[in-house]
Amino acid sequence: MKIFKKIAALFAASALALTFAGCDNSGNSGSGDNSGGNSGNATFRNVDQIKESGEVTIGVFSDKNPFGYVDNEGNYKGYDVYFAERIAKDLGVELKLVPVEAASRVEFLETSKVDIILANFTVTDERAQKVDFALPYMKVALGVVSPDSAIIKSAEELNGKTLIVVKGTTAETYFTENYPDVKLQKYDEYNEAYSALQDGRGDAFSTDNTEVLAWAKSNPGFTVGIESLGSTDAIAPAVTKGNETLLTWLNDEIKTLGGEQFFHKDYDETLAAVYGDDETYKENLVVEGGEM
Amino acid sequence: MQGIEVLFMGNNMLRLLSGLWVTIRISLISIGFSLILGTLLGAVMTSKNPVVKAVCRVYLEIVRIMPQLVWLFVVFFGVTKLTGLNLGGETSAVIVFTIWGAAEMGDLVRGAFLAIPRHQFESSLSLGLSKTQMYVFIIFPQAIRGLIPNVINLSTRMIKTTALVSLIGVTEVLKVGKQIIDANRFEYPNAAIWVYAAIFFMYFLICFPLSMASRALTKKQQGGE
Repeated sequence: MKIFKKIAALFAASALALTFAGCDNSGNSGSGDNSGGNSGNATFRNVDQIKESGEVTIGVFSDKNPFGYVDNEGNYKGYDVYFAERIAKDLGVELKLVPVEAASRVEFLETSKVDIILANFTVTDERAQKVDFALPYMKVALGVVSPDSAIIKSAEELNGKTLIVVKGTTAETYFTENYPDVKLQKYDEYNEAYSALQDGRGDAFSTDNTEVLAWAKSNPGFTVGIESLGSTDAIAPAVTKGNETLLTWLNDEIKTLGGEQFFHKDYDETLAAVYGDDETYKENLVVEGGEM
Repeated sequence: MQGIEVLFMGNNMLRLLSGLWVTIRISLISIGFSLILGTLLGAVMTSKNPVVKAVCRVYLEIVRIMPQLVWLFVVFFGVTKLTGLNLGGETSAVIVFTIWGAAEMGDLVRGAFLAIPRHQFESSLSLGLSKTQMYVFIIFPQAIRGLIPNVINLSTRMIKTTALVSLIGVTEVLKVGKQIIDANRFEYPNAAIWVYAAIFFMYFLICFPLSMASRALTKKQQGGE
């Protein structure tokens, strides 16, 4: 056994050395210059560093039509993506989109794996402690969709029933805090949540009203019984905590874009196909110049 | 058949295939590393030293107890938070699947070696073989034969578990499928079943040959002894 062990030890040592060498390389290419700020140990990039690198990385949803999704040609599309493209254009850099999931959005910023999150990110106090939100560019409340056979019309009706939610969303927090008697069935992805609702694994599904209204419109047999629940929330871009320059830049950008009614145009280009051209609905959703 | 056309719209089929390539790439690299490191670990695990034994046991148990998803988050986000080292999604995935695969592989190798009867060692030495000859001609061939079905089983498990990597931003075949379903959810609400069927078929195409190979090798082994 001795020879075998010696060979084993040798291999193990060289494998370890190789592993660490590999890590060093990828570390250097990823984290940019050392003059940026620090959050924990992960370095974020300020506006100058982003401009210098020639590329801004923005985290978006890749399966949340019509806010952030990938079309049949493989291109990113949607309300958030439209804004992301404008941000890159005005920064004068290339745009790199990174697909994120609802549950990992905060971590992507905390570890500076993206510069900005533009993934239908609702502003909450809890999240504001971990990331810095810029001015809002959209607003939402919660909505609850249920099958036509048993429409849920108020949150109280849900007591003792099973409600489907997506992990890490506002709906999950809201029902946990305000309606502890509602049984929550949690999923990682929107897709799975809708499948669960269609299969009758829960009595209703709750998430942002924009989302459920759009879905119910194209899925006969389901109705949004509660169109607005909880407080109206702001949806805003978020940056890594402490990234002042990028935050200021984004706020200025949103104010400037207000002058040209950019988000109304964004709505017409991306959301109108799903929600229709209804003016009151548009005004209920779009936030211009960061003013709710 | 409503919704099946979604599979052939735009670049969808090509995107599914490139997603499949991501799945295969992550699995194959991880399986490769797992085979090498696992064999070495297995050799270390056969040690009679109680400290070495305990360390190996703890490593194996930790890897088995923690779900792979937690490992992915620990490596992808945790390492960056602690050290500032920015690992990419695919690199993190390969690291996690190698940590897991090597542990399982090590245990399989250990089992395979311990299953070889004592007299095989003793008789080869008494026949005048050197230790190296004993391992190369007597021990390894027997151990490997017993290992193959288990290794293939582990490999198919690893391939299937790679579906989790979408949570750290890697777009593999299942995630591409979800993107396609979502992009068409208003026009083709029934596309989901067809997209999932296509993905099922793709996983089948990778895993089935492995299962067949495992069965063939098991039969050959039984015939050979």
